[in-house]
Amino acid sequence: MAGSGTAHLRNGDDIVIRVEDLTVEFPAKGGNSVHAVSGISFDVRRGETLGLVGESGCGKSTTGRALLQLPAPTGGSVQLDGEELTHLSRSEMTARRTDIQMIFQDPISSLNPRRTIGKIVAEPLDVWGPTASDEQWVLVASILDAVGIDPESAKYKRPHEYSGGQCQRISIARALVMEPKVIICDEPVSALDVSVQAQILNMLEDLKAKYGLTLVFIAHDLAVVKNISDRVAVMYLGKMCEISDSDDLYATPAHPYTQLLMDSHPEPDPEAIIDETVVLGGEIPSPIFPPSGCRFRTRCEFADERCANEEPKMVKISDDHYVACHHPLTEVGK
Amino acid sequence: MSSSAVSDSRPLLSVRDLRTHFDVGGHAVKAVDGVSFDVYEGKTLGIVGESGCGKTVLSRSIMGITTASNASTSGSVNYAGTELVGKSKRALRAFWGEEMAMVFQDPMTSLNPVVRIGRQLTEHLRAHKKLSKSEANELAVQLLTWVRIPEPKERLSNFPHQMSGGMRQRVCIAIALACSPKLLFADEPTTALDVTVQHQILNLLAQQQQERQMGMVLVTHDLGVVATRTDDIAVMYAGKIVEKASTSALFSRMRHPYTQSLFWSIPKTSEPKHTRLSAIVGRPPNLAALPSGCSFADRCPYVQPICREVEPKLQTIDSHSFACHLPVGSTEAEAALSANISAGLPQSEGAAARREAQQGSLT
Repeated sequence: MAGSGTAHLRNGDDIVIRVEDLTVEFPAKGGNSVHAVSGISFDVRRGETLGLVGESGCGKSTTGRALLQLPAPTGGSVQLDGEELTHLSRSEMTARRTDIQMIFQDPISSLNPRRTIGKIVAEPLDVWGPTASDEQWVLVASILDAVGIDPESAKYKRPHEYSGGQCQRISIARALVMEPKVIICDEPVSALDVSVQAQILNMLEDLKAKYGLTLVFIAHDLAVVKNISDRVAVMYLGKMCEISDSDDLYATPAHPYTQLLMDSHPEPDPEAIIDETVVLGGEIPSPIFPPSGCRFRTRCEFADERCANEEPKMVKISDDHYVACHHPLTEVGK
Repeated sequence: MSSSAVSDSRPLLSVRDLRTHFDVGGHAVKAVDGVSFDVYEGKTLGIVGESGCGKTVLSRSIMGITTASNASTSGSVNYAGTELVGKSKRALRAFWGEEMAMVFQDPMTSLNPVVRIGRQLTEHLRAHKKLSKSEANELAVQLLTWVRIPEPKERLSNFPHQMSGGMRQRVCIAIALACSPKLLFADEPTTALDVTVQHQILNLLAQQQQERQMGMVLVTHDLGVVATRTDDIAVMYAGKIVEKASTSALFSRMRHPYTQSLFWSIPKTSEPKHTRLSAIVGRPPNLAALPSGCSFADRCPYVQPICREVEPKLQTIDSHSFACHLPVGSTEAEAALSANISAGLPQSEGAAARREAQQGSLT
């Protein structure tokens, strides 16, 4: 990938999410289609955090939404605890939705401005019960307390009375009230200041331990993703480039695109070596007509004829480190 | 910039005790509250702070482009010998573009969506330099070449929506550079861009700044962006500069607890996964009702009673300025932190965990 292949998939009873050959396409002008996600595969173990990282347009948010069948993927399989979600009818899927919840990037616009915090967090309970308001409030209050929002004052307040960081806490409470198995976090901290970002990241780690959550964490910031994730998958133009244990990925990136991302990431260190010569790079190609073979080849310094003709498949670099590249930066099969 | 290299040259821009207050319902919102600094030719000053610290209002106040009718600016902005505060918009117009220019955060909204790139690039040139249409077009091609836009001739007839975010920000930079300003303000120029594009745009700005020997003010929330791209850094909190030093001095020895806390709260790729972050507790103060004493006191791990009573003045030791009663690294600060940790003060929790980890790694 950026290639395909399933060599990196794991087996075991503790796999909560298993995605195989996931494809999401949207119709475009002239009978073409936008290839948002093109055949990616990954799995997430219970209690694990998988980070999805990549630049805008790489398909990371679409992947997150496809797990929830929002919209249902064009092809491929999404399994939650062994149950295939792509075959479910609308009502069957509705019944499973409590197990997967999502939190979004913009905390303020994802809360209804006209409703009170008490109502917002209790709304999922109106559908799933308990529906008695006093029973609901016991649950809501305990969850609000867990995310660091004072329940008594929140009950009758509305979103505009809270800061961005607090609204993100409320969004997390709304997701948690369903006691989900999996939470998909789509850029949950990128709209927040760094001091608040640290509070939310620490809180997610605490809640994960407390409620036994499994997280899929989507973000563009390499440092944020490394901090919170056990494993990280790097995506580019609808394909997966590399997946690895996060410490290992950052120590020895194998895909040229991962390396490019890391070289571009500004570390708060004046001694950091930066390549000052790059003033123009390849733009991301159109997802309507993606390049043949490896999709990254138009920006890759190692690209050759093979990269244009043959799509690379996932190969093992070391334990729990897989890359889809014909010219990986580290030796294959150590 | 090392401070010795500039001591003999006059600053290009000298800001002294600049204040911009907004009158909101009878209360003064002190967005910029007594800020002083200098910018030298060929040097870059980074201004770092979180949302609402006044960094954007600061650069707009210097340029004289605060449009709000309830804003009042006082203090002194001396640009190459001319005082700018109090000048009319009409008089300032002679400075905009030719002397100082600005690149804004959002390349999507700072270009006019219904005007072709070529005209947007040259309309101010034609106003300033009285160029003919064909001369202006030639210059526009030249400008796009400077900012490394491929096929510049063809791009002139494009509308902004036909270009990517990075390309649009290049156009904005080209517009800012068009009249060869001596001072460039870049207000979060890469915040809306992807990380690989951010890298390219920052390189481009640095190259142009070096070639033209411009003074540059780089405003950002990201300590990572300023670490390798600036000569000096000023850290802002609640409308004031709380610490200012050369970039290397600031990173090697942070003196203000806010700078240190900000640095600690950032996740770093050099740290192992699941490293506990030292978050700063609470939120920045309300700028309309600042506490007496130090504005950071409520969130500071080192806080002592004096911090809530007396506002610390900016003091300078070896050209490193900071506004703190208990500067980080002093024996008083260490004692204060120990006392706060043993008293179980919530804001010292992060520092306590960090201290424990450090002792653990030493033994």
